[in-house]
Parts: sequence; C-alpha cells; structure tokens
Amino acid sequence: MDILIIIEDNNGKIHRMGLESITAAQHMSDKLGLSASVLVMGKNADSLASEASAYDMDEVLVLKHDLLNEYSSDGYAEAVTQIIDSESPTYVLFGHSYQVRDYVPKISAKLMQPFLADSIAIHFDENNVSLTKQMFNAKLLSDINPNGDAPYLISFQSASFLSDDAKAGSASLREASVTLDSSMIKTDSEEPFKESSGGVDLTAAELIVSVGRGIGKEENIPMVQDLAEALGAEISSSRPVVDSGWLPPSYQVGSSGQAVSPKMYLALGISGAIQHVVGMKASKNIVVINKDPEAPIFEIADYGIVGDLLEIVPKLTEAIQSK
Amino acid sequence: MKIAVLVKQVPGAESPLPIVSSQDWLDESQVAYIMNESDNYALEEALQIREKNNDGEVVVVSLGPDRTQKVIREALSKGADRAIHIQTEGNYPTDPLVGASLFAETLKDESFDLIFSGLQSDDLGFGQTGVILGELLGMSTATLAMSTEILDNKIKVKRELEAGYFQWVTMSLPASISVQSGCNTPRYPSLKGIMGAKKKEIKVLTPAVVDQNQSIKKIYAPNSSKETVMVEGSVDQIVEKLLNIFRNEIKIT
Repeated sequence: MDILIIIEDNNGKIHRMGLESITAAQHMSDKLGLSASVLVMGKNADSLASEASAYDMDEVLVLKHDLLNEYSSDGYAEAVTQIIDSESPTYVLFGHSYQVRDYVPKISAKLMQPFLADSIAIHFDENNVSLTKQMFNAKLLSDINPNGDAPYLISFQSASFLSDDAKAGSASLREASVTLDSSMIKTDSEEPFKESSGGVDLTAAELIVSVGRGIGKEENIPMVQDLAEALGAEISSSRPVVDSGWLPPSYQVGSSGQAVSPKMYLALGISGAIQHVVGMKASKNIVVINKDPEAPIFEIADYGIVGDLLEIVPKLTEAIQSK
Repeated sequence: MKIAVLVKQVPGAESPLPIVSSQDWLDESQVAYIMNESDNYALEEALQIREKNNDGEVVVVSLGPDRTQKVIREALSKGADRAIHIQTEGNYPTDPLVGASLFAETLKDESFDLIFSGLQSDDLGFGQTGVILGELLGMSTATLAMSTEILDNKIKVKRELEAGYFQWVTMSLPASISVQSGCNTPRYPSLKGIMGAKKKEIKVLTPAVVDQNQSIKKIYAPNSSKETVMVEGSVDQIVEKLLNIFRNEIKIT
C-alpha cells in the first residue's frame, strides 16, 4: 500500500479535513502513480465507509471494534499503529484536526517514525519528498524532509487542499481488524459539551472590527468599541485578547472560536497566527492596521496600514462620527 | 506530587527573524528570545497544583543551548523549585521525536507524577513533544487542556475540542498533559522570587543528540498570495484614505 488516509468521524459524516486528505492523496497519486486507500473506524464506520467509497480511491478499510466506538487517544493510536504494521503504507495522511494533534504523536512514538505535522504543501523532486510547514507563528515557511525509511506520518493544515477538488469514483470495501484490550486505554472520557455561550453570533455580521494583542492593554479596548459603534460593526478578537480576559471568549474568531465572512474585517493589532486566520480569511475585504510590517496578517490583507493603531483608531472614529 | 514542566525558549513575537545564508536556520545573534507562550500556562498550572496540595515539587526542564538558562531562571523566579537543563551544543533538535527522546532519557529515573507542557512551540510549532514524551514513558496523555483537577491518584482534564466543544477526560497518574494557552492567569515573578531563584539548583546534562527523523532543508519568507494595497502617509492622511476606501471601494453605507 502506498498511501493510507485516516478519516475522522464528524457525527457520522467525513470530517471536512478528511475530504481534504483525499484530495491530497489523489494529487500524490497523479504525480507519482501511487495507490491510495482510506481507513474509517469507530461506531460510524459503516456510514463513513459508504461516503468514502464514492471517491476515486483503491480501497476503503473498515475497522470496527468495541473499544473504538468512542474516541480515545490510546485506542486510536494503537489501532492505527497496528493497521500501519499490517498494511505497510509509505505515507499515512491525516487532516491536522484537534483529534489528530491528540493521538498521532503517540503513533510517531510507537513506531519511532516522523510525524510531519501541520504541513501546507507537499513536493516531490527526484526521489525525495518534502513538506512545507509554517514556522515562527506563520512568519516564515520551511521545507522539511523526512529521513530514513517509511512510513511517514503527514498531517495537512485545514484548507491546504480543497474538499471540493476530491474526485468522485468508486472504491471497494474491505474489513480490517486489530487486537485491543481495555487495559491499553488509560483515559475515561465524558460526553462532549458546549459552554453556555450567551455570547454574540458573529457569523452573520456584515462588518467586524477585530482586536488583537497589539491593543496593548485592557484600558484601550473601549477605543475599539467606539470605532465599531461608529461603523455599525460588531467587535471580535483574536485569542490573546480573550486569554488576557479583556473580552469574553464568545468574541473570539479562529479555530477555537467563530468562523466569520463579513463584507469588511478590520484587523487591529492582530499578528495573523494561523489559528486566527482560518476563522476570518473568507472575509470579502480584509483591512489590516499593525505596527509590525512583518506581521503575517498582511499576506491576506486587501488593504494594509503599517502604523500605530492607538493613534489611528481614535482619529478614524472621530472622522466617521463627524460625517 | 512531583511535577515536571517543559519550557522552551523561542523568538518573541516582535523579534527579527534573519535567515542565515545556508538558509536552514536563523541568525540567532539577532533574535530576541522569550519563554514560549503556552509554556507560561503550563508552569502556572503546575505551581497552582503544588500550592493547592501544599506539598510537592515543581521541576522546570528545558532543552537548548546556553541561552536557554534565561527562561529557566524566569521559571525558577516564578516559583519552580529546581531545574534540569538539557544542553545541546549548536544543533538544537528540530525533530520532535528526537527532542522528546532526550527528555524521556533524562526524566525516566525521576518518576514524575505529572508532566506539563504547552500545546505547541511558537517557533517550530509541531505540537508533539508532550504527547511523545508521555508515550515513551508509558504515561497517560491529554492535550489542549483548559483546566485540571487532581483526584485520588488521578487527574481530570477539561479538553478543548473543535467548534466550541469541550470534554472532561479522567486518567490515572502518571500523566503528561499539554495545556492550551488561556487556561489560567500566569503570575509575574516577585522580587523575592527573583532573588531566591539565584540559589536554586540548575542541573545541566549534555546527552548526545541522535540522528533526526526529519530535518529542515530550507527556511524562507512566504510570498504574499494577495495584492495588498498599502495605505501610507501621516495619521490624518491615512484616516482620510481609509474613509475613502470604506465609502468607495468596500462600499460601506
């Protein structure tokens, strides 16, 4: 087996990043003439298998086991490790989801094989494969080579490949099996829950003024609220502002907050860590004010201002109000 | 309760990041280093557990060259009891499997009940070290921890899931937990803490670094994929131009 894609369950449907991994595998197959198969597991394995079998893949491996019905990092890591041992894939692909961050490093340790995590692109030259990864808070990119023999564990960042690009086709189903016992699973998980939000719904907002660490201190937040009010915009923030307790968690945009796509997203003092960018890059117009010209947020800006938001924001508010 | 905290020294958010001519690392002489952000929260979580139990030891463990002792001192001045510095000359491992193996080799005889780490480093950002280390030492593991509760020989962890969900996970000790930033409020060092830190032990170890399973071939600045209109001038000119963009380009009414 050349490529094995591990599909994540999202309440009975394939997690969006699983479809993106299928696109990635098809891209690799086209380039290198490799075979690609999919592994589905857990209590929804059957529905995931039927969904996966409608894509252009060789095989869908269906793994069912009582101890895999609910996710556990120990159970999933052990199961995937055993499948890798029996199927000997060269590349094992994952979407870089929260679940993958939780259990795939264990597989890396069990196999003593590299996990090239959070990659955004894959390249082949001659017989070498390299993966591109963001580093230093997305300010720089690096090309990374796995050393030594396969298997190589690879996860792709959200939206590195597009789920819509996954080619339809048909794949045959095959039962897979592993040997697990309950003593391997050291964690006991309760049902997932949502915190009572009572917060704002930013997903339908037309205009958003968003504030990041560059605001400096809590006392400066009202300045941003004044601007939002003058514009008739909602206010939101990046994670550091919420972590500091300057705004409640419900205002957070990004991978652990809300995903927004307003007509205008005005980013004030936000550096543009990927966890934030995934939540706002679909905005129609991104306007950035940041004093650091190297801030990665400028890469996705439609309009950029390198300057001190503490000087610009009050004057901008005043100018809007006086119109 | 014996607790280890992994801390890493990384370039600060506003540090210059000049790339060396061989294009495989930074010119470290021009980099301004700080403690990795989420590691501050890992340290705070450990200190709070020690204080709540009124018993135990918090040991800060860091891997890196000489400069790393700055963040080790910072952790000691915030209240860690002692430190282990795994010193690497020149080649800092950029492979999390190698880094975690060095931690495992160093910590295996210490018999820690808990190991705390930040969820990922702000330089390489693999986000694997705490989990791999836990696995290598046969410990329970959990990631993206938002809060923790010590029970009888167990730890209960509130984990962050995607799309605003959380989940409580209980596991036996020993456990290696990597924490999400924002899970507590990290303290500042007191003057007394800073003075006291000078007397605390830093054990320096210099293990051999083994071959890496993955290596950085090239580091480079990204190409902007988007045409960005830069708005320049004095503050008044910028405000005037922005109003014009709002009105005529973005068409905010």
